[in-house]
Amino acid sequence: MRFRRLKAIAAKEVLQIWRDPRSLMIALLLPFTQMFLLGYGVNLDLKHIPVCTFDREGSQLSQDLLKRFQASQYFVIARDLQSYRQLVAAIDDGDCSLAIVVPPDFSERLNDSGGASVQAILDGTDDNTANIAFGYAAAVVDNFSNSVQVSWTDRQGRALQQIQPMVVQSRVWFNEDLESRNFIIPGLVAVIMALIGAQLTSLTIAREWERGTMELLISTPVKPSELMFGKLLPYLALGWVDAAFCLVMAALWFGVPYRGTLAALFVTTTLFLIVVLSIGYLLSVLIPNQVGASQIALLVTMVPTILLSGYVFPIDQMPRVVQDVTYLIYSRYYVTIVKDLFLKGSSLTELSTPILFLIVYATAVMVLAARAFRKRLD
Amino acid sequence: MNARQPAEPQIIVESLVKRFGSFVAVDNVSFRIGRGEIMGFLGPNGAGKSTIIRILCGLLRPTAGRALVAGIDVAEDPERVREHIGYMSQKFSLYRDLSVEENLRFFGGIYRVPQSELAERMRFAIDMAGLGGREKALVSTLAGGWQQRLALGCAVLHRPPILFLDEPTSGVEPRSRRRFWDLIHTLAATGVSVLVSTHYMDEAEYCHRAALINQGRLIAVGSPEELKHTALGGELLLLEIGNLGAALAALADAPDVLDCSVFGNALHVLVRDAERSFRELPGFLGQKGLRPSRLERIKPSLEDVFVQLIALDMAKRRAA
Repeated sequence: MRFRRLKAIAAKEVLQIWRDPRSLMIALLLPFTQMFLLGYGVNLDLKHIPVCTFDREGSQLSQDLLKRFQASQYFVIARDLQSYRQLVAAIDDGDCSLAIVVPPDFSERLNDSGGASVQAILDGTDDNTANIAFGYAAAVVDNFSNSVQVSWTDRQGRALQQIQPMVVQSRVWFNEDLESRNFIIPGLVAVIMALIGAQLTSLTIAREWERGTMELLISTPVKPSELMFGKLLPYLALGWVDAAFCLVMAALWFGVPYRGTLAALFVTTTLFLIVVLSIGYLLSVLIPNQVGASQIALLVTMVPTILLSGYVFPIDQMPRVVQDVTYLIYSRYYVTIVKDLFLKGSSLTELSTPILFLIVYATAVMVLAARAFRKRLD
Repeated sequence: MNARQPAEPQIIVESLVKRFGSFVAVDNVSFRIGRGEIMGFLGPNGAGKSTIIRILCGLLRPTAGRALVAGIDVAEDPERVREHIGYMSQKFSLYRDLSVEENLRFFGGIYRVPQSELAERMRFAIDMAGLGGREKALVSTLAGGWQQRLALGCAVLHRPPILFLDEPTSGVEPRSRRRFWDLIHTLAATGVSVLVSTHYMDEAEYCHRAALINQGRLIAVGSPEELKHTALGGELLLLEIGNLGAALAALADAPDVLDCSVFGNALHVLVRDAERSFRELPGFLGQKGLRPSRLERIKPSLEDVFVQLIALDMAKRRAA
């Protein structure tokens, strides 16, 4: 491999990138828009669940209970209902995903037998939301029921002896507030970089074929490896600008705590960029037309990265076979790395396994791409 | 076919065959090109000219036969061949979004022209192409003739001893074409061997030797003079006559007439012996009630030669 030729190719690519401001703008603006769209769009925390109330008693006690829903950050009262018919309509129209019905004999039964029930009707179309909403609702009712018990024993003039044999004192590490955003945004950086990285290079070879410049280029003594590195280098620089945008936005705009070292972030991000850029380049070598190469690049990067990298869906919850498949998804390594760097502040040594996988991956793809490139027309 | 072989052959092609599936693009072609020689490839579109050039550049693998470029077998070591050649492909293939200077610098880097020589070589290429003052212009803004000369400049930047030019003058206006050929001659004078294809028949006159290619076969090779004198296998007469169609039909049966074709408002008649036909043809035509207004011996142009040769080749193929 001759450095002189590599340099000539790289310099030419830089000029071509520079002379095509539209593509350059897209390459630089895409990470911004994607971070905003997906960063705000994907949120697994359920807050402000719309809830409808149907108070069939209208007593002080029933109103006290419903006020607790209002006070909770997890719920907002969408409407007060007057009949079951309204309730059905409210659920049907999607005005609320949870309806709380207080029975007409609520206070009476509570005072008499010390046991009353409240009805919760849930919209089960989204089972996940329904589950969580029910959990929160049960907690609100539990809480209320405790305070009723306290005041009841007070009135009896007895001190309540609350005996709790065991208590779990939980302390969450790394993502202390259990903000799903802290978990998703670092992974999102990986998703966006996988997407943009492969797009950047998927066009480079196809463009030479389509513009007719390739025939002359392959008649020169240029080596496939010189062509590949010469083309990858400028895009690595561009990829780094994109990655820096995403990472800085994750830390400063979305406020995800960053606890690792910058050196570790630089090394791992560079490795990941090399992998995705090489994949785009390989596709470009295999598919000599721009539209086709770009479409395939989108398909092979986005779908597996979103579904199988552990960015949202935890890998250890997947069936065994699928888990094995995820080892082939290069993004899973960077998703792990970037999450650990942000939240745990892991060191390079602690991340050596995924880093090793990325190195193997990058080498394999580059060897494939260099070999797949033929300096022939037949 | 001319048997004379050039001294110091830079290109040796022996029984070259290229098939694409069942289509025979190059059919048993042999020729040699000497140092400093300009060999022209002529023939209709699709004759196989580009295919032969691409094989010699190592871009296509020959199906059979042998091709040596600068003494290197192109099938065995195309990479080493590429160090010794300059190539202008049929389709313009410089970077249109780069400037004149940037294209030259790029190819200087690819061919590893020593840094100390690069400035001087670029100057040479720019002067040669007449692009002085346009160094910063984007290639896309240049007219066709300028683009072609720049492409030639890029192809010779690394001083290759062998140049392959595939239809370098197609689509270029006549004055630029003339100028382009002057450049080719200047390069050949320094010892560069040039293989240049064209579909302009008149451009054969500019070559040291020309090869006529039809349907993958090389049907004649020689200097323009040799081709005019010997390749036809006869002598040419010009016949002006009132009824062209009838004369054409009559001459098909005439003795000693090898071929006959319409040229403008006259006929070109290929005969075995001009003197004899000169005496006998008017009588033969007179028997059929045809009276030639003019009959004279003419020196064939290369276009005559090629039209005749291709017609003869087609007839031979049909017969076979």
